[in-house]
Amino acid sequence: MNGMNNPLVKWIDHRLPIFTLMKAELTDYPTPRNLNYWWNYGSLAGITLMIMIVTGIMLAMQYTAHVDHAFQSTERIMRDVNYGWLIRYIHTNGGSFFFIVVYIHIFRGLYYGSYKPPRELLWMLGVVILLLMMMTAFMGYVLPWGQMSFWGATVITNLFSAIPWVGDAIVTWLWGGFSVDNPTLNRFYSLHYLMPFVIVAVVVLHLWALHRFGSNNPLGIDAKGPQDKIPFHPYYTVKDLYGLAVFLLVYAGFVFYAPNFFGEPDNYIPANPLSTPAHIVPEWYFLPYYAILRAIPDKLLGVIAMFASILVLFILPWLDRSPVRSGRFRSWMFKVTFWIFLADCVVLGVVGAFPPEGTWLIVGRLTTAWYFLHFLVILPVLSVVERPKPLPSSISEAVLGGGHSAAGAAAKPMEKA
Amino acid sequence: MGKIFLTALAAVLGLGIATAKAAEGVEIPSRDWSFTGPFGKFDPAARQRGFQVFKEVCSGCHALEYIAFRNLAELGYNEDEVKAIAAEFTVVDGPDDEGEMFERDGKPSDFWPAPFPNDKAAAAANGGAVPPDLSLITKARKNGHNYLFALLIGYEDPPGDFELLEGLNYNKYFPGHQIAMAAPLSEDAVEYADGTAATVEQMAHDLTTFLAWTAEPEMEARKQMGLKVMIFLVVFSIVLYAVKRKVWAGLH
Repeated sequence: MNGMNNPLVKWIDHRLPIFTLMKAELTDYPTPRNLNYWWNYGSLAGITLMIMIVTGIMLAMQYTAHVDHAFQSTERIMRDVNYGWLIRYIHTNGGSFFFIVVYIHIFRGLYYGSYKPPRELLWMLGVVILLLMMMTAFMGYVLPWGQMSFWGATVITNLFSAIPWVGDAIVTWLWGGFSVDNPTLNRFYSLHYLMPFVIVAVVVLHLWALHRFGSNNPLGIDAKGPQDKIPFHPYYTVKDLYGLAVFLLVYAGFVFYAPNFFGEPDNYIPANPLSTPAHIVPEWYFLPYYAILRAIPDKLLGVIAMFASILVLFILPWLDRSPVRSGRFRSWMFKVTFWIFLADCVVLGVVGAFPPEGTWLIVGRLTTAWYFLHFLVILPVLSVVERPKPLPSSISEAVLGGGHSAAGAAAKPMEKA
Repeated sequence: MGKIFLTALAAVLGLGIATAKAAEGVEIPSRDWSFTGPFGKFDPAARQRGFQVFKEVCSGCHALEYIAFRNLAELGYNEDEVKAIAAEFTVVDGPDDEGEMFERDGKPSDFWPAPFPNDKAAAAANGGAVPPDLSLITKARKNGHNYLFALLIGYEDPPGDFELLEGLNYNKYFPGHQIAMAAPLSEDAVEYADGTAATVEQMAHDLTTFLAWTAEPEMEARKQMGLKVMIFLVVFSIVLYAVKRKVWAGLH
């Protein structure tokens, strides 16, 4: 970075070493040389968060958070604000794509053991981000004040009434009244605007924890020396940019050609507290949790199971005791159960879209049972009984097959610096 | 492993689609529309005819809250024609300097006047059912444009064993088959200015095209911009892939 010799940069950096920090953490930051494309989803999630914040701020300039005007102001954004339809469709589809990206990011972590020591806190901060995202997305979906907004808000806030003794009082407190109404909409709007910035703060912690030990990698072994790592820039900046372009291609495809694919038609009907839609379904990214909630016949236990399905991720680093991180070097049993678990989550999502009756209820209960079985029984037992394959001695050896050229390649970017 | 997973997924999704169809009852037939597909555009003649059907038939009971007279310029009417259409309506404005509300002719900036002052009045005049606002109707129903067309032509005599409630009408495609709205279209209900024969099917087609436009007036602009964006992103991806290959070449 030649800019470091600029007198102004030097002057500032001496007093506030922000340029040194940026150089160390964004440019020189040593990264395992063998990251595959599944490692693109972290940066994609960060960029999607930025897209959501920018489009969200623009929407907030036109939106009116009042039960009498919310639906109308949303439609006026679509029709009378210059490119309002574009901003809104980027934002609504962005919500779906944020979850797609983050779910892939999580499953990557599950397969390659990115939650294992010393990255437990990094993983747990990620789970906190997921929880914050879910709250933000839920409250954002309420804002257009369509039928699904209203009834979704009613159903989900009512879950808290399952809490013994104080449940009903809590629900009244959440609503700011005795039903979902204007105070509810107003506080959801306020919190929907606030939460993304809380997410940004936790993302900073997430990155801080990440940079403490650096990225995990497909081999799951620690870097042994400089030959195992490459500077983040230009190698991963360009790889992330290429991934971003492909991601935007898919994202834009939905924004421009199927903008309501992820939405419910009912949400284009203004909220009506006197008319309940035939099926109240949440957005697709909540369907697996919704299936778990409804698989359990008792309301309180259902709510507990639903929250437990996320909270179990917090203790995952202590459930899976295998010293081997990457699924690549674990037994076939780990691989089979990993893919079954992934399929289980997808099936849960499908089940969540249907009323809990007949076959769907049975499938929902089996898949819910398997979900918890995977974390609480299979992974702990597997990590004791399985015999992992031998690990390669170093990243550069496994990637380059000997490590002769490693020194030369690693030296190259250093010359540039 | 991936194969097993995909097979399981397909099985589950297939099952899902089958059940969804069973739950909805009659399958909604698909129809060719000028405005579907990535290059689809609204057929301008059909859209204008559809506007005529809306104005002469539907607007007696249904509101069109999100369409202002000025929007009709997009249908191909010039400024004077838009002013003339707006002036056919009387709008309540005010208060004036004396604090009185007054009536005046409609202006292009006015929104399409609602046929009833409120939902209660609409329900009272329509046997207890509120006619829905039509601005967003094709977006507010699953498979909206096909459903709307099917509904408009779906009126028929109920099957022998069907118990139809007093004041309701039998419609093949309406969920539950009992709809409060009587068959809105009949042969030659309107006289088309361009001489097109006003069959029920033709009017249903034209009206659906018009209401697809009221629901998504941005659609043509959206698809046009989409094409440019997609072409840019394809080229951009290829370029970045090449750059990535070049930058990484020394590493492998």
